[in-house]
Amino acid sequence: MRIVDLRARLERLGSGVTTHVWRLGFASRFLAYLVLHSGTALRRFRLTIAEIYFAGVLSLIIILVSGLFVGMVLALQGYETLQRFGASESLGVLVALSLVRELGPVVAGLLFASRAGSAITAEIGLMKATEQLSAMEMMAVDPIARVVAPRFWGGVLSMPLLAALFSAMGIFGGYLVGVQLIGVDAGAFWSQMQAAVDLRNDIMNGVIKSVVFGIAVTWIAVFEGYDAPPTAEGVSRATTRTVVTSSLAILFLDFILTALMFTGGTHQ
Amino acid sequence: MNRSAIDLWVGVFVVAGVAALLFLALKVGNLASFSSSQMYRIDAKFANIGGLKARAPVKSAGVVVGRVADIRFDNETYEAIVSINLDYNYQFPRDTTAKILTSGILGEQYVGLEAGGDGVMLKNGDRLRLTQSAVVLENLISQFLFNKAAEGKPEAKEPAK
Repeated sequence: MRIVDLRARLERLGSGVTTHVWRLGFASRFLAYLVLHSGTALRRFRLTIAEIYFAGVLSLIIILVSGLFVGMVLALQGYETLQRFGASESLGVLVALSLVRELGPVVAGLLFASRAGSAITAEIGLMKATEQLSAMEMMAVDPIARVVAPRFWGGVLSMPLLAALFSAMGIFGGYLVGVQLIGVDAGAFWSQMQAAVDLRNDIMNGVIKSVVFGIAVTWIAVFEGYDAPPTAEGVSRATTRTVVTSSLAILFLDFILTALMFTGGTHQ
Repeated sequence: MNRSAIDLWVGVFVVAGVAALLFLALKVGNLASFSSSQMYRIDAKFANIGGLKARAPVKSAGVVVGRVADIRFDNETYEAIVSINLDYNYQFPRDTTAKILTSGILGEQYVGLEAGGDGVMLKNGDRLRLTQSAVVLENLISQFLFNKAAEGKPEAKEPAK
């Protein structure tokens, strides 16, 4: 009895692992095919522009408002701590460095995954469930080139811009709270920030992070949509999986990228 | 929504995103620091550099005139060799003194230059001969305690009764 039970468990574990590895392989093949067949999306750029509108422009409100509030909270919390050490003039450095290096790309990526990534998955999954993708194939139109690739490039192009807007808005929020509300000296706020933030080490690395997160999130979103079981339940599960997987992927990639960027080059 | 409105909004979005990047680069970062101007390099030997790091500022009279380019260890004299990149706009006499100083009590360490009186200016590749090492807090404290102990000895007999 027990041995049969154990065997069934082992089989379930094994098939689970095999399925995940198989899906990873399929997803990689899917990405390669997608990139190779994105000629249509780039030639008929209007398709991609429409997707930038859906992924980028419609995410603007949530990104800008969250950025503003994250920056304001950072300034409040940072001031509380810094003033204990008599270093409240360094508030600008704290706000700018944490936003540009970390919070801008990561929080914008998480918001982008739940706002735009889930929408992409639901749209492609529903197109598959209602057999629109099969209908396209019948008409000799490649659905990956026509439907998936524009969404992929739209997301990849939108994400760095959204992250930059998030950081800029957060710094503005930090300025509002730190300088206007609390009364930190405006000159010290900006000049210490400019002295501490490095263009290549901090800002460029933040932009690289946001590009990597954009690729990861949109890849996961289009793949989950394309791979979703063509049922109402399957589409809803795929949408949930997109948000969960891309959030985990962002946090994991963030650790890897931070370890590569900020420990190797800066010390002497 | 019709197509031209979508194009307009995407255009606004892209312009805003690029503007945010420019804001980060110009207003938040220090794009305009003197990385573009001409530099010349001088070396200085220190017995102890404390916590000095590469890219630390080099100041004279409080003004940033260059940056620490490289820090190496000399195997023969067991001293640290600090290479400094100085801006060509700032010329210093050959007998300039280099000190390792700290901004504030716990702040970052930087190299301070004090100009001497020599008529000959430093050239690329020159070595500063007059240097003063970093102050190590432990040495300072032990010296202070040692002095205090030496002072306290003759007085110690009085309150002993």
